[in-house]
Formats: sequence, structure tokens, C-alpha cells
Amino acid sequence: MAQEVIFRARGLSKIYDMGEVKVQALRQVDLELFAHEMVVFLGASGSGKSTLVNILGGLDTATAGEVLYRDRDLTRADDRELTEYRRHHVGFVFQFYNLIPSLTARENVAIVTEIACQPMTPAEALELVGLGGRMDHFPAQLSGGEQQRVAIARAIAKRPAVLLCDEPTGALDSQTGVIVLEALETINHDLGTTTAIITHNVVQAEIAGRIIHLKDGEIARIETNTRRTPARELQW
Amino acid sequence: MATLGALDRKLLRDLREMRGQAVAIIFILVAGVAAYVSMASVMDTLQHTLDRYYEEYAFGDGFATVRRAPEEVAERLGTTPGIVQVQTRVVAMVNLEIAGYDDQVAGLMVSVPGDRQPELNRLFLRTGSLPAAGRENEVLLNEVFAEAHGLCAGDTLAAVINGRRRTLQVTGVALSPEHLMQVQPGVLFPDPERFGVLWINRSALAAALDMRGAFNDVSFRLAPKADVRTVIDQVDLLLAPYGGQGAYARADQGSHRMITEEFNQLRGMAAVLPSIFLAIAAFLLNIVIARVVSLQREQIGVLKAFGYRDRAIGWHYVKLVLSITCVGTVIGMALGVWAGRALGTVYLEFFRFPYLEYALNPPVVVTAVLLTSGAALIGVMRAVRQAILLPPAEAMRPAPPSLYRQTLVERLGLRRFLAQPSRMILRNIERRPFRALFAVTGVACACAILVMGLFFVDSIDHVVHFQYGIAQREDLMVSFFEPAPTAALYELANLPGVQYAEPFRSVPVRLRRGHRSYQTGIEGIPANAYLRRVIDTELEPVPIPAEGIVLTERLATMLDARLGDEVVVEVLEGRRRTTRVPVSGLTQQYLGLAVYMEIEALGRLVNDGQALSGVYLLVDERYEDTLMQALRRRPRIAGILSQERAIRAYFDHAANFLLVYTLVLSLFAGIIAFGVVYNNVRVSLSERERELASLRVLGFTRGEIAYILLGESVLLTLLSIPLGIVIGSLGSDAYMKALETDMYTIPVVLTRGTYATAASVVLVATLISALIVRSRLNRLDLIAVLKTRE
Ligand SMILES: Nc1ncnc2c1ncn2[C@@H]1O[C@H](COP(=O)(O)OP(=O)(O)O)[C@@H](O)[C@H]1O
Ligand SMILES: [Mg+2]
Repeated sequence: MAQEVIFRARGLSKIYDMGEVKVQALRQVDLELFAHEMVVFLGASGSGKSTLVNILGGLDTATAGEVLYRDRDLTRADDRELTEYRRHHVGFVFQFYNLIPSLTARENVAIVTEIACQPMTPAEALELVGLGGRMDHFPAQLSGGEQQRVAIARAIAKRPAVLLCDEPTGALDSQTGVIVLEALETINHDLGTTTAIITHNVVQAEIAGRIIHLKDGEIARIETNTRRTPARELQW
Repeated sequence: MATLGALDRKLLRDLREMRGQAVAIIFILVAGVAAYVSMASVMDTLQHTLDRYYEEYAFGDGFATVRRAPEEVAERLGTTPGIVQVQTRVVAMVNLEIAGYDDQVAGLMVSVPGDRQPELNRLFLRTGSLPAAGRENEVLLNEVFAEAHGLCAGDTLAAVINGRRRTLQVTGVALSPEHLMQVQPGVLFPDPERFGVLWINRSALAAALDMRGAFNDVSFRLAPKADVRTVIDQVDLLLAPYGGQGAYARADQGSHRMITEEFNQLRGMAAVLPSIFLAIAAFLLNIVIARVVSLQREQIGVLKAFGYRDRAIGWHYVKLVLSITCVGTVIGMALGVWAGRALGTVYLEFFRFPYLEYALNPPVVVTAVLLTSGAALIGVMRAVRQAILLPPAEAMRPAPPSLYRQTLVERLGLRRFLAQPSRMILRNIERRPFRALFAVTGVACACAILVMGLFFVDSIDHVVHFQYGIAQREDLMVSFFEPAPTAALYELANLPGVQYAEPFRSVPVRLRRGHRSYQTGIEGIPANAYLRRVIDTELEPVPIPAEGIVLTERLATMLDARLGDEVVVEVLEGRRRTTRVPVSGLTQQYLGLAVYMEIEALGRLVNDGQALSGVYLLVDERYEDTLMQALRRRPRIAGILSQERAIRAYFDHAANFLLVYTLVLSLFAGIIAFGVVYNNVRVSLSERERELASLRVLGFTRGEIAYILLGESVLLTLLSIPLGIVIGSLGSDAYMKALETDMYTIPVVLTRGTYATAASVVLVATLISALIVRSRLNRLDLIAVLKTRE
């Protein structure tokens, strides 16, 4: 079947100019991401994974090349347009959960649903990540894994087309990490959200349909994973 | 040494990193120190200048007026124990005529020896020269008076001396320590257009007044340790046969008394208020610094983990903070000296000193430095100690994720009215109640300072309205040379343009009770007086009792007399009777220490029939000019006076430096408010950068995150305004209590305008700091913030 393209990147380059030194974080990257797929970006630390995903998510802009989100040209968007894009189309999950400490789990989700178009209720979103019972707890009252699941619920509550996760299990032990990946799996499966996960952990990559290997700012190869392993069976 | 180098490099980088907060701290410091130094140094400068002026120009220590005493009496005065120097003079109140000026002008003519300076109360010649010896028609003018009429050497004016009109030629313009404040006897405030002091050769004045070989005024200098009271009694005894009217010490001399009042009031403005200002600045500094240092808690943990000693770490932060406060203090001092000199020249104009000697006394500098650096050091130590007490592992972790809870507002069920961002604001305030309290207190203090600086102008308006709208309602006060018979009242009442006339009698007296005494005049008014009314403590006009005297509350306190007590009244004119009179009423009066008595009762007390000293007139404005001319033609009239004009003239003049003062104060208070708010927002920003960046990532706009961060400041400022107004009102009361003098009390009158100005200044300061921080928020680096560890 012909897959709908969500992201299309052509000749994407990113150079960090720091005066005397220039760091080339991305070199001429060409890439497509498809609707509803789950993809993993795999690569050593410093290989350019975060840079790439940040550009896709509208957090950063490329030095050269272009990225299209559906018909929208992200490379030429200004801050206002990027804000609007993030507000309605993308969900983010980071290694550090970045929850608002002064808001409860429910409110951390609500802060997004209040500005979204057709969101689910905060309760629904938290049910999806298995936190229906902890909705009125503040971040400081939750474990790391629970906080990360609140972050996931917050990211998907507005029903984004894309969910971008930068090392979502990086700060967690493997058992907790599995629970978080399971939550991402559920989202991808139940809501059909295009999910991109960054990791440097080869084992975790098994859950994805495609694995994109990055090396020194370039795509080394793209691997199609026909036998996806459910997260619950992973061990690392 | 190498490690120290690294630490010092950190210091420099930290300084650059925290320049935002550093600037806020410096602002607070500069405002506090400059306000304090400028005003305190002005006070030192004025006192210093006054003392030197009095000394150099030999201002008398005591004064006395007599009807006529032969010159030999001066020798006897000179040998009185305690007196070292005597200067006799001839003085006269005269009416002046100045071409092109229609109002009545009174002059005090004072004799000078002729061709040389008097030994006491010397003159400072601004321009021209003393009247030349033997010249009968030459006069020297007091500067304020000369300026008010644009007169200078070579000009002429006319004077009616003892009934004879004379044309006088001006030889120059001078200043005298005796008339720093040129006030007409019987009037409370200077009015340089309608009253002036002139100096003329003694021979000329003596001839006109039949005072050859005699004097009617004397001043003297006391030996260093002489007892003023005893000397005054001696002088009174000696002068009584010659119609002595009671000698008085320098403390009771009109100009000096007034300038002392002025200085006291200034001292209140120039010392009390700026001290509060400096103390507030120091307090804010302490808190701000403690907060800035606690932001460095993780770094303190790291340094400790590396094995730095507590003392080295402490010293590091002390250096960091002192380098900021030094800059602030030095700039503040420089600005303070500059502003002090500028204010000094304003006062120089006002007081008409011949010169101004700027003085910055060491205590002022020391106080400013000790208070600010002390407050700063305590702030650093507090914060560093907190960080040092923690085990390094704990300190390196960010401050424990604080437990938030639902706020009171939400628990009260108002939750559904608040969107998340507003809840974040409220919870943030509630989670850090002390910080919020500090911010509120700081801004409230700034607001309070403004209230305290601004209400003054309204209070003075109120006093003028009260005094001249309720208590003294006459348009003109006509006074006679000699007490006149009652017929004079009807004569004046029948002049065209006079709507109503009311007699008064004033008698110079000394009031005594126990060892306390006060020299003043009793004012006699009719029982059913309409123009001059006695106002009770509830500010209501009350009828004057048929017997006994009515004292101003403050005078009663000074004499320790209560209602019904008896006071000894020593009449200082005519038959000079001494009687005991009961206090039959108390009255409230803002200006002056008047003593009232029913006019007939006063006549009985003096025992010379029903004579009048003058008449109060209510005048139809349309006939005012013709009436003035008619009055001026009458020989028995010594003066025609409009008190209201005098006080208006005075306050118009005073308004000048009140305005300067108010502007300076508002500026400094605005700076303080800015410093507090800006610092508060900056610290919040550095603590919440991550949170705000997360929100931006989630798709919040710049405006929305600005609302979350800055909404808090605005909310706190709004909360602090009512508090500031309350503190300001209480402060104003205390401040005015401290300023209360013999001459006047000033009620605190707080108007909506004052509140609005104070509120606007702090709001504008808040908005400015919000705008500055907003521009930083716009540059928030989303990725960098999210990459760092939580
Ligand atoms: N803000 C930045 N300034 C300079 N260099 C950067 C910045 N962010 C990333 N880099 C560099 O770009 C390269 C790619 O970084 P990144 O995308 O974060 O790698 P990864 O996420 O794969 O670990 C690295 O060499 C990194 O040092
Ligand atoms: Mg990365």
C-alpha cells in the first residue's frame, strides 16, 4: 500500500557556528517519515539524532536544506508559525520529563489540552498511560517512570500527528523503561500517532518498524524491521 | 594560587552572568545611598553655613526694644555680668511708597553707625555700599525686598517716617544674619513684596524720631558661659524704666526662630526620610543578595566536593557581592554629592546665605558605607551558610523539588475560574510565601516612601484653607500706630467697600506658669466675632469665653497648663500689670501659637479702657483699590495687611524646593521599586527557565509564558500598593509628629492624587522591569535549556 508521507527532508544540514570552531551536526540528510509508523533513530552519542529530531519538531532550524511537514515548509517558518505548529501537531517527550512542578499530573496534561483544538480529556490521556489513579499528584509525589508517563500523556493528549521522543528511557532503569516504551507502543497502536524514538540502545530499537542508523551527522542506513518485538519482551 | 586564579575567573564570569541582578542591586544601592547622602549632606551644609554666617557677621545673642533710652544706659548694659558686647540702634516701622506698586508696603528701618559696619549684626554687602556718613537720605535694602521690587543702587523710593514723607536713594543691597527670614512683626510668613528691611544712617533716623543721644533697640553678645535667663532678667530690670518691652534671647528672635523651624522641618525631610530610605535599601539588598547567592547552591556543593574550605567559599562570595556593592555605593555617593550640591544651591536661593559651604560630614559617609556593606555581608553569609551546611552531595542536587499544593483560592472552590497559567501563578506565590512577602514588602516600601513624600503639598493646602477659610476670614487687617478709641471701628466700617468690620486688640505679654514661660501677644476679639474665630479641637468654631484666656493646645502643653489652671500674665506695655488669669478654653491651630481673650476682658486686664489695636475688614473686591487708597491716607494706620497673600507668597516660594524634593524622592522610590521587581523577576526567570522552555516546546506562545512569569510580578505589585499606602499613611503620621514645632503642626492630608501617583510610579517600575525581562524571554534557548539536567 502507498504510505502517506508526513515528513520529507532534503539535503538537511546543521552547522553549529561557535566562533573559531564550527560543528557540523547534520550533513545532507534526506529522509521520509510515514504516517502511523513507529521509527527509531539509533546512533552513538553525538551522531546528530537530537539535532535531527529537534528540527523535525520545530524546536530548531536547519542551516541548509528543507523539511516539509505535510505541505508545510518548516525551514522557512518564523517563530510564530513554529509555535503554532508545535501547539497543534507535535508531541514531545524528553529524557528529563520537564513537567511543571507547580501543577498536578492532571493539570500538567490540561495545560496542553486547554490550548489544543480537539484534545482528549486529561483523564483519558492519563488512563492511556496507565496513570488513571494518580491524576491529582504533583510531580514531586511521582516516581521517575510515572513522571515520564505523565509527560507522554501530556504529549499525546492533543492527539498530535507526530510524537517525538528523545531518549525517553534514558533516565530510567530497564524495568521502568519497559513500562514507558509499552505506553508509547499503545499510543502508536491505538491512536495511530507517528512515533519517532531516539535511543542509543540497540535492544530498544527492536520495537520499531523502521530503524534509522545515524553516524557523524549522516544516515548510515535504514533498516526495515519486519519482526517487531513487543516492548514487554525486551530486556537490556 | 592557581586554584585561587580559577576561582577568581569564576568570579568574573559569574559577575558577567549575573549582570542583570547586579544592575538591580546597584540600582537599589545607588538610590538608597544617593538619597541619604544628598539630603543628609544638605542638612550638614546648611547648619555649617548658618553657624559660620552667624559667627562671622556677629549675630546678637539677645535683643530688646525700648520706648526711648539715653545712650548712657548702653554702658550700664555693657557692664551687666554675662554681657560682653552691646550694640544700640534706632529702629522704626515705616510706610513705604514704591513707584509702580499699589499695595501697602511696610518697612523696618534699622540704623547703621554711618560709614562703617555695626559691631553686631553686620551686613553682607551684595552690591553697592553702606550709606555714606552724613547722608540723610541714603538707604541700603535687604536683598529679598530689593529683588521683589527690582530695586538697585541709584533707584529711589519714598518713606513716611514719623508722619513726614521723604525720598530715599538706594546705595546698595545687603544681607543680614538678623533678617535671614524677613518677616514683618505680627505676620507668620515672609512677604518680600509687602515688607522689607532697610538700613539708614543713625543720625538721619535719630533726627526723624527725636532719638538723638538715645536708642530704642539694642542687641548684645553673651559671654560663653553666661546664663541667658539671668541676663535677660537683668536687662529687663535695667530697661523697664525706659519702656522696655521684654528682652529676648536669640532663640526667640523672629528670623532665627523661623529658620530653626525651617531647619527642623528640613532635618525631618533630609534625615529621617532618607534614613528610612537607606534602611529599606539595605534591607532589600540583604534579601536580594541572599537570593542571588542561593541560586549558586549547586556550585557551592561542587566546590565543597572538590575540597574547598568553607572559609574560602565564603570569601569567594563575599568578594563577589562586595564588588557589586562597592560599585553601587561609590556611584551612590557620587550621585549623592552631586545632588546634595544641587539641592544646596536651591536652598542657598531660598535662605539667602551670602555663601554656601558644602559639607559632607564623615558620619554620613560612614553610616552609608557601613549600613550597605553590612546588609550585603549579612545577606551573603546567610545564603552561603545555608549552602555550606548541606552535605556536598545534597547541595549539588538542585533544591529539593518543592511540594506544591492547591492554593487557598482553589480550595475555596474558585478553581474553575482559573486557567492553568493563572493557577501556576497562584501556586508559585503560595509555595514561596516569604519570597512573595519580600517582593510585596519591597514594593510596598517604595510606595510608602512616595506617599510620605507626596502628601506634604496637600497638607499645606489644607492648612492654608483651614487657617484662612475657617479661622481667619478677614480680607484685610488694619493696624493702628497707637491703641485707638472704639470710634475708629465705626469710622472704618463706614468706608466705601467695607462689608464688615471687627475690632481687635493685641497686647504683648509674657505668660508664666511655674518655671515655664513664653513671650507672645494676646489677641482680643469680640465675643460674637465673625471674622476671627476660635476653633476648638474638633475643628469647630466656638464662642470665646467672657473671662480668662484661650490657649492654643500646643502652647498649653508648653506651659503645662490645663483647662481651668491659672497662668501668670505679664503685660509688656503700658502699665505693665502682672495678673493671674484662668485658662478658659483650648483651641486648635495649625500655624502659630496664638492666645485669645474676649476683647473687653483684655481691656480690663491691661486697664486702659477699651482701646483697639486694629480692625479686621471684609472687603468688597470691586472697591478694594479705592479702599486701599482711602486707608493709606489715614495717618493713624500703621499697616494694612493681607495674611493670605503673605502665606501664598511664601508657599509659592517654598513650592519650588518642595517640587525638587518630591521629584528626587519619586525618582529614587521608583528606582527602588524597579530594583526589587526586576530582581525578583530575574531570579524567578533563572529558576524557572526550564519550566518556561518546556511550555514553549509544548506550543505556548511568548506572550503566554510571559504572562506566567510576569503576571506574578504584576499581581504582587498590585497587592503591595494597598499595603504601601497603609504603611505610607502610618509613616506620614509619625513623620509629621516628629516635625511638629512651636510654630506649626502640619496635619497629614492624603488625597487620591497622592495614592494614584504613588501607585503609578511603582506600576511603571514594574512594567519597565517586565518589559526588560520579556525581551530576555523572547531569546530563551529552548534546546539548550532542555538539554541540561533537571
Ligand atoms: N548547541 C550546540 N552548540 C554546538 N554544538 C552542538 C550543539 N548541540 C549539539 N552540538 C553538536 O552537534 C553534534 C550532534 O549533537 P546531537 O544532535 O545532540 O547528538 P546526539 O543527540 O546524537 O547525541 C555533537 O557533536 C554536538 O556536540
Ligand atoms: Mg541527544
